[in-house]
Amino acid sequence: MYDLIAEIKRDNIIQTLKAGKRVDNRGFDEYRPIAVEVGVGEKAEGSAIVQIGKTRVMAGVKLAIGEPFPDMPNSGVLTTNAELRPLASPTFEKGPPGEDTIELARVVDRGIRESECIDLEKLCRVEGEEVWIVFIDLHILDYDGNLFDACELGAISALVDTRLPKVEDGMIIYKEKTDERLPIKDLPVETTFAKIGDNIVVDPILDEEQVMDARLTVAYTKKGDICAMQKGGVGTFTEKEILEVIDRGLEKSKELRKHIPFKEV
Amino acid sequence: MKVGEPERLIIDGKRLDGRAFDELRPIKIEAGVLKRADGSAYLEWGGNKVMAACYGPREVHPRHLARPDSAILRCIYNMAAFSVSDRKRPGPDRRSVEISKVTREALEHVVFTHLFPRTAIDVFIEILQANAGTRCSGITAASVALADAGIPMADLVPACAAGKVGGEIVLDLNDVEDNYGEADLPVAITPKKGEVTLLQMDGNFTREEFEKAFKLAIKGCKKVHKIQKEALRKKYGGT
Repeated sequence: MYDLIAEIKRDNIIQTLKAGKRVDNRGFDEYRPIAVEVGVGEKAEGSAIVQIGKTRVMAGVKLAIGEPFPDMPNSGVLTTNAELRPLASPTFEKGPPGEDTIELARVVDRGIRESECIDLEKLCRVEGEEVWIVFIDLHILDYDGNLFDACELGAISALVDTRLPKVEDGMIIYKEKTDERLPIKDLPVETTFAKIGDNIVVDPILDEEQVMDARLTVAYTKKGDICAMQKGGVGTFTEKEILEVIDRGLEKSKELRKHIPFKEV
Repeated sequence: MKVGEPERLIIDGKRLDGRAFDELRPIKIEAGVLKRADGSAYLEWGGNKVMAACYGPREVHPRHLARPDSAILRCIYNMAAFSVSDRKRPGPDRRSVEISKVTREALEHVVFTHLFPRTAIDVFIEILQANAGTRCSGITAASVALADAGIPMADLVPACAAGKVGGEIVLDLNDVEDNYGEADLPVAITPKKGEVTLLQMDGNFTREEFEKAFKLAIKGCKKVHKIQKEALRKKYGGT
């Protein structure tokens, strides 16, 4: 289901950008206020609520013990899932996940996986037989644009917050959490820019997303390397614009990373 | 280390299949290969075998999806169960749903959808044999199928990937390189204007490596574009 956009709204957003401003008075490279709270779900091994402006996402990490993939016998397993719940927007529908949901989950997954932020080999319990399986679930609670960045921030914050449960005779006792944390090696963040007409702005609100031509999400490691990218939308970027977005995003990624509640050990 | 990982992916400045870093695998495209489809194309790209078909503009079902001011473009990317070593369970999985979406977004920009309001243009991509780079193969073949169907378009859309393998930036990864390489960057462009319509990436690039790989991928797209045009010329003549 798509929202019909009034032409007047589209014109207003584009004209405002042409004048060098945004409809909510932010700068082109300015994020909305960001808040991250962890430990918000007791039954989850790790959890976080992330707010970027009015967009709100809850992330939960659950752990299980299972078999590794045959081609990676000494490696833990990571899965990421997103739920665009109908409570978060009149355009989200119940039922099986649509392509937007799947794309979101897969792009967040790529940022987490490709940055190798979890040392999956340390999650091996018995080689070829028993490993930790890490489930990251992202619940969208309120949708005002830029789910990619909010979900990536939620996912990594919940992972950082995760404490392993006690295990006895191969059985997990979920009620008893240990002090052991996940082996976190990196802190990836994603930054998303929207191209609207000839202008490119960070952290689009819903109104901007609805009129944008295309968006570009880039995931960065702590070192500043690029570990995942995804262009979306029917519009296009030029070569120059893509390189520009990467450089602008790198600066923003440093800001975003400060919101991850991670203490160096 | 993954099971079956080769010790080195680059030996004496060459790739395991003997290619230079900026060398494409052999590509063969034939336009108009299916009787029933309005347009079609068959593509072989290294070990990939891909069939693409285009139907439309035609009536939209279900009807509520129709747009009053333009055609809708729908793309379905599907892998045959026997296209990969471990049988793929038939039907859409999360990966194919995502690839279908980015394929549509890669192609839609060039299609003059506003000429056919209230209709659907359907593109079907079947991967019959897979050997890394299937999404680029699919987009490349689908673009030829759209042209073969006579759909008005601003340009063809060629696609090609570059990546990092054994520390080197290389063009058009094969399956070993894709499985054990460090990064993969599929790109699609509109050659006339040089706009990027598909861009995905996973792995690890420094900023410099990315720029090098990105430019290499665009070069690859331009080579693929030539082969697309040849396929259409072969069927329809002209220069």
